[in-house]
Amino acid sequence: MSAKIQQLKSAIESTLGGKVAGLKEALGELVLEVTAQDYPAVAKALHDTPSLGFEQLIDLCGVDYSEYGEGTRSGPRFAVVVQLLSVRHNWRLRLRVFADDDEFPVVESVTGIWSSAAWYEREAFDLYGIMFSGHADLRRILTDYGFVGHPFRKDFPISGNVEMRYDPEQRRVIYEPVSIEPREVTPRIIREQAYGEPDKRT
Amino acid sequence: MAEIRNYTMNFGPQHPAAHGVLRLVLELDGEVIMRADPHIGLLHRATEKLAETKTWIQALPYMDRLDYMSMMSNEHAYCLAVERLLGVEVPVRAQYIRVMFDEITRLLNHLLWIGAHGLDCGAMTMFIYAFREREDLFDMYEAVSGARMHAAYYRPGGVYRDLPDSMPRYEVTRYRSAAAAKKSNQNREGSFLDFVEDFTRRFPKAVDEYETLLTDNRIWKQRTVGIGVISPETALNLGFTGAMLRGSGIEWDLRKKQPYAVYDRLDFDIPVGVGGDCYDRYLVRVEEMRQSNRIISQCVKWLRENPGPVITDDHKIAPPSRVQMKSNMEELIHHFKLFTEGMHVPEGEAYAAIEHPKGEFGIYVISDGANKPYRLKIRAPGFAHLSSMGHMAKGHMLADAVAIIGTMDIVFGEIDR
Repeated sequence: MSAKIQQLKSAIESTLGGKVAGLKEALGELVLEVTAQDYPAVAKALHDTPSLGFEQLIDLCGVDYSEYGEGTRSGPRFAVVVQLLSVRHNWRLRLRVFADDDEFPVVESVTGIWSSAAWYEREAFDLYGIMFSGHADLRRILTDYGFVGHPFRKDFPISGNVEMRYDPEQRRVIYEPVSIEPREVTPRIIREQAYGEPDKRT
Repeated sequence: MAEIRNYTMNFGPQHPAAHGVLRLVLELDGEVIMRADPHIGLLHRATEKLAETKTWIQALPYMDRLDYMSMMSNEHAYCLAVERLLGVEVPVRAQYIRVMFDEITRLLNHLLWIGAHGLDCGAMTMFIYAFREREDLFDMYEAVSGARMHAAYYRPGGVYRDLPDSMPRYEVTRYRSAAAAKKSNQNREGSFLDFVEDFTRRFPKAVDEYETLLTDNRIWKQRTVGIGVISPETALNLGFTGAMLRGSGIEWDLRKKQPYAVYDRLDFDIPVGVGGDCYDRYLVRVEEMRQSNRIISQCVKWLRENPGPVITDDHKIAPPSRVQMKSNMEELIHHFKLFTEGMHVPEGEAYAAIEHPKGEFGIYVISDGANKPYRLKIRAPGFAHLSSMGHMAKGHMLADAVAIIGTMDIVFGEIDR
């Protein structure tokens, strides 16, 4: 583990203390997990504390964990993952918060801390249906006007639910259920460890 | 007295200065913008969802189609993320080739930007000048990958093949005389690297020409100086990266600060602006072109002297050579598995960011150990830049909205994904 990550880790531990639900280092990146209740306070501390100094929210995205590992995983379904960057200290942090309710996932908005979060939260709402309480303008952003559903959820089919065509009789564009048959060329497979390398198997 | 009301206007989605399919809802008080609300998503193709249904290699060509003005840079970020999960070592020669093409890509992007930005602000000639040089850069793309735009040249583990020994040449046709073909082929007689080197020698003069046209041009300055001013604090808060951040005076470049590939072995400078307006960002990008040219010539020099492999020899990740595959059972199995089932990436998550021509382009991948990504998130720099449109355009004139869109270097392929 590099000295920089070690320094960041101890700074986080000393600043946040009991609010840390998980702090792991993997592949040279530090991942902090917090609960939805602590999320706004943690975000504020990460931004305001000079020893942490995360002035920039680089990215925020939703994740749907419902089919992770072919359904072997249990736990909350929706998570919000935030990538933070400190220009001052030149380090990064990944912050993950799970929404408590799978049916109606709600997470506090961080637009008051980082303005750049506004569109990213709109995107996560649009694609995953995660609600951000306190967001001033939570409209759909990427999908069409009047779109129904949240397309990036794992239970949303890749071909969508409706298709659109011009109807010459009604002389307007109409929506119909899709006529495409779902088809998978390469199946999704998870192999056991050291597959194809018998000498490396433990 | 007549009632005075604000006027709401639709700008786009089909407007030549909107750089694609941007619908901008503007609320105007006379000619002054009170509110600007960009509506995006008209080019949304759900790349991230599509990638979840494709194998790791099949997802790669989608990266070209994100920011279709800087194709190989997108691939680079994707390859870095996958390589980090795989823990694979990339041959040094491949890293130099990648850096060289990243910089060629930066030139491609900045040339389009300078042309389009100039065109938006009334400097028609810029577009024609910039496309003159872009033509040679596209030829470089074509020579290594066979495609002029959507290259799919980088692969996890390296690049698909080594640089070619010769450049394709113009042929004599009914429309091209022998003399014209000979003239066009002048710099194509040698190897690919000779062609690149010839370009790096010509290019600084071309940049001088652009600067002659714009830098001290009175109209250009009137259109850009003091327009879209962003303070360093605001720029950070709005998530700006790349030239947008450097134009505001923050010295931040991932190539220097968090070096990837072989950028730490190369000699180049980072230009930084002072005022944070459109003109400063213009100056920063022009200087970046000069620095990119420097990097390319250093890479050419290194690549000439150091032959070697360009892709990893781990055949669970990269295919074996044709000869090996035809003569060796083990390699045949590897080849078959790789192109039917695809590679398996160990469980985990990674975020890899590169200094894309437009800013920080990041790929966040989550793998659950399958032959397909579980979740792929593309951090597009233009998305954060465009989200500040309301902030930047407020209080400016309608005509300045065009200059602000131009300075952001908007490409909808990456914003809508």
